[in-house]
Amino acid sequence: MTDSLLGSPVLKPRTGDLYNIDAALTEEERAIRDSVRAFVDEKVIPIIGQCYIDGRFPTELIGEMGAQGYLGANLPEAYGCAGLSNVAYGLINQELERGDSGIRSFASVQGSLVMYPIFTFGSEEQKRHWLPRMATGEAIGCFGLTEPDYGSNPAGMITRARQQKDGTWVLNGAKMWITNGSLSHVGVVWAKTEDNDPDGNSVRGFLVPTGAKGYTIKETKGKLSLRASMTSELVFSDVHLPADAILPQSGGLKSPLMCLTQARYGIAWGAMGAAIACYDEALSYAKTRVMFDRPIGGFQIQQVRLADMLTEIVKGQLLALHLGRMKDAGTYTPQQVSLAKRNNVSVAADIAREARRLLGANGILAEYHAMRHMANLESVYTYEGTHDIHSLVIGMAETGINAFK
Amino acid sequence: MKLAVCIKRVPDMEGRFKIAASGTGIDEAGLKYDMSDFDGYAAEVAIQITEKLGAGEVTVISLGPDVVQETLRKALSMGAHRAVQLKHDAPVSDGLAVATALAAELKDGGYDLILCGRMAVDTQNRSTGIFLAELLGLPVISAISQLNVEGGVVKARRELEGAYELIECPLPAVVTIDEGIARARYPSLKGIMAAKKKPLEVKPAHLGAITYQLEKMELPAERAAGRIVGEGKDAVPELVRLLKEEAKVL
Ligand SMILES: Cc1cc2nc3c(=O)[nH]c(=O)nc-3n(C[C@H](O)[C@H](O)[C@H](O)COP(=O)(O)OP(=O)(O)OC[C@H]3O[C@@H](n4cnc5c(N)ncnc54)[C@H](O)[C@@H]3O)c2cc1C
Ligand SMILES: Cc1cc2nc3c(=O)[nH]c(=O)nc-3n(C[C@H](O)[C@H](O)[C@H](O)COP(=O)(O)OP(=O)(O)OC[C@H]3O[C@@H](n4cnc5c(N)ncnc54)[C@H](O)[C@@H]3O)c2cc1C
Repeated sequence: MTDSLLGSPVLKPRTGDLYNIDAALTEEERAIRDSVRAFVDEKVIPIIGQCYIDGRFPTELIGEMGAQGYLGANLPEAYGCAGLSNVAYGLINQELERGDSGIRSFASVQGSLVMYPIFTFGSEEQKRHWLPRMATGEAIGCFGLTEPDYGSNPAGMITRARQQKDGTWVLNGAKMWITNGSLSHVGVVWAKTEDNDPDGNSVRGFLVPTGAKGYTIKETKGKLSLRASMTSELVFSDVHLPADAILPQSGGLKSPLMCLTQARYGIAWGAMGAAIACYDEALSYAKTRVMFDRPIGGFQIQQVRLADMLTEIVKGQLLALHLGRMKDAGTYTPQQVSLAKRNNVSVAADIAREARRLLGANGILAEYHAMRHMANLESVYTYEGTHDIHSLVIGMAETGINAFK
Repeated sequence: MKLAVCIKRVPDMEGRFKIAASGTGIDEAGLKYDMSDFDGYAAEVAIQITEKLGAGEVTVISLGPDVVQETLRKALSMGAHRAVQLKHDAPVSDGLAVATALAAELKDGGYDLILCGRMAVDTQNRSTGIFLAELLGLPVISAISQLNVEGGVVKARRELEGAYELIECPLPAVVTIDEGIARARYPSLKGIMAAKKKPLEVKPAHLGAITYQLEKMELPAERAAGRIVGEGKDAVPELVRLLKEEAKVL
């Protein structure tokens, strides 16, 4: 926790920070945010529109993201990571997604869905082997949970890992919608280890190296959202894995869900980054675009639009920050994460659409950012637990009645 | 190799400025502050020199109130080794007074090379680095766009209109840095964490005598709205007359 800086005479609200959220951050947190912001302004924004049009993830940024410490930033220094707080980790997500949801998705998957499970469920040997090279971006991972027929209900997954007499494993099944799949050197793949298991109690995590015999990865084409991100399908047909491919501490569906809680936490921040990018663009457009002899920002309709956007951003940022402080204190719950992911992604998607509309015809161009964010946020709305699923998680916590059954 | 970089904390020039009630400064409310751009290039150059040598030490120095510590820590997180704040709470506009305080700190430090920005982007006096060299009795090369330090000699390039100069002088020396030499890096997250453990000393600033005072600051008058003289070619003679007689541009 931090001493409040709200009374500090040097941290008066700045232009662009109406609610003085800066004063709720430490100097170090602000420095981290500003550094990632500079990286995004310099390296991401100038190229991202074209990447989006080309349907290309900018792999050339991976090395620098690693060198800067953005990958698995809240994991310990002992494994080559930056060892930052969860609030700092959140701010990194916010700034990366201010660039593009695809860039943030890359970092979320690498940090929260690959490095986190290796750190949490892996053997010391697995950690020593993978984490330092993943922190630098030398090794890329993907996270395979969703299947063609099991999205919101992963307990039903079909993918099976059968242990052989000699202790080795044979993996069969398919995973779909896998971010970073075609970029990855290794997959954290979730599979059932027992046949009769409708609730997913036998689910375990496996480290499956790219190139293993019987393991194929196919890029998903035709996406109209998250185009600057790599999405793939993974197919396993009799893939033989050594005995130590299993993440030894993983056990049950709870394990992948713990990973998702980490990633969703980051998304609650990231969505605000996309919203901020859209708001900033809309505000500057409103001040400069003249129609009917006046900047359009001088018309009441556009002022209402901007006020609504800003209000939701301030609320979403404070929500994410409070959640982060609770996570750093070790007291947060998955339901709180559901609420923040659900709210922040939903309002960000609305803000992006309103910004797009404020920009008139220019708003449909890739040269501007709003429509790219608007389309991206549809993926973010769906992945990591759809908006609906988070409604039911909160509903169950509040009513005590499980709507899933 | 011991290097020193003098750094000023300045408002972001993209901000909207208002004159403070005192009439002799800007209203700081709502402004964002950071390292002056040229000082950032100077810090980057100095850090690159020590990185290339694999040895040496970069000291960053800033004169001002406690908030300059944040700017100094940014330089430390970029890779500078230690920092000194010359504490002085009131704003000073006299470059000679600032240079006097910097010289007092730097003179016995055994520095081989002292780097300043060509100018502070806010006040744009272009004087502190030059005054500093004079007070220290050192040679100075101003507004350089390239720098090479080897065998006790500084070789620098200065850009002129359509030409350039190559200048050499022996160390120790002072240089002031123009743009084009290096972009200031953004600090890495590890750099930011490491900066917390680097030394930052706070000392009183021994300003020299103040030789001048800033009397008054004013914003330029708002431009009057345009006027439409008429339409079509019939309006041309009147337009020409007004440009000659009123605007006096023809
Ligand atoms: C770009 C992208 C990247 C992705 N990356 C990954 C990844 O890296 N790894 C990974 O494992 N997965 C990934 N996913 C998959 C993502 O997590 C799933 O798409 C998500 O869980 C939803 O599953 P589904 O698409 O099968 O939708 P379904 O589960 O078929 O849902 C369809 C609709 O039904 C609704 N619905 C479902 N159940 C209920 C219910 N009980 N009550 C009411 N409504 C319900 C949903 O809300 C949704 O609106 C990614 C998806 C996308 C789009
Ligand atoms: C794909 C596409 C195809 C097109 N095809 C054609 C075509 O074939 N022929 C053609 O002539 N045009 C065409 N257009 C242009 C289209 O009609 C204009 O984009 C539209 O009239 C809006 O103008 P604008 O984009 O300049 O936005 P602006 O007029 O700059 O508006 C920007 C924003 O300000 C708002 N605004 C403007 N005035 C006010 C006000 N007084 N009060 C409150 N809010 C205000 C707008 O609602 C909007 O949100 C096309 C546009 C697109 C995107």
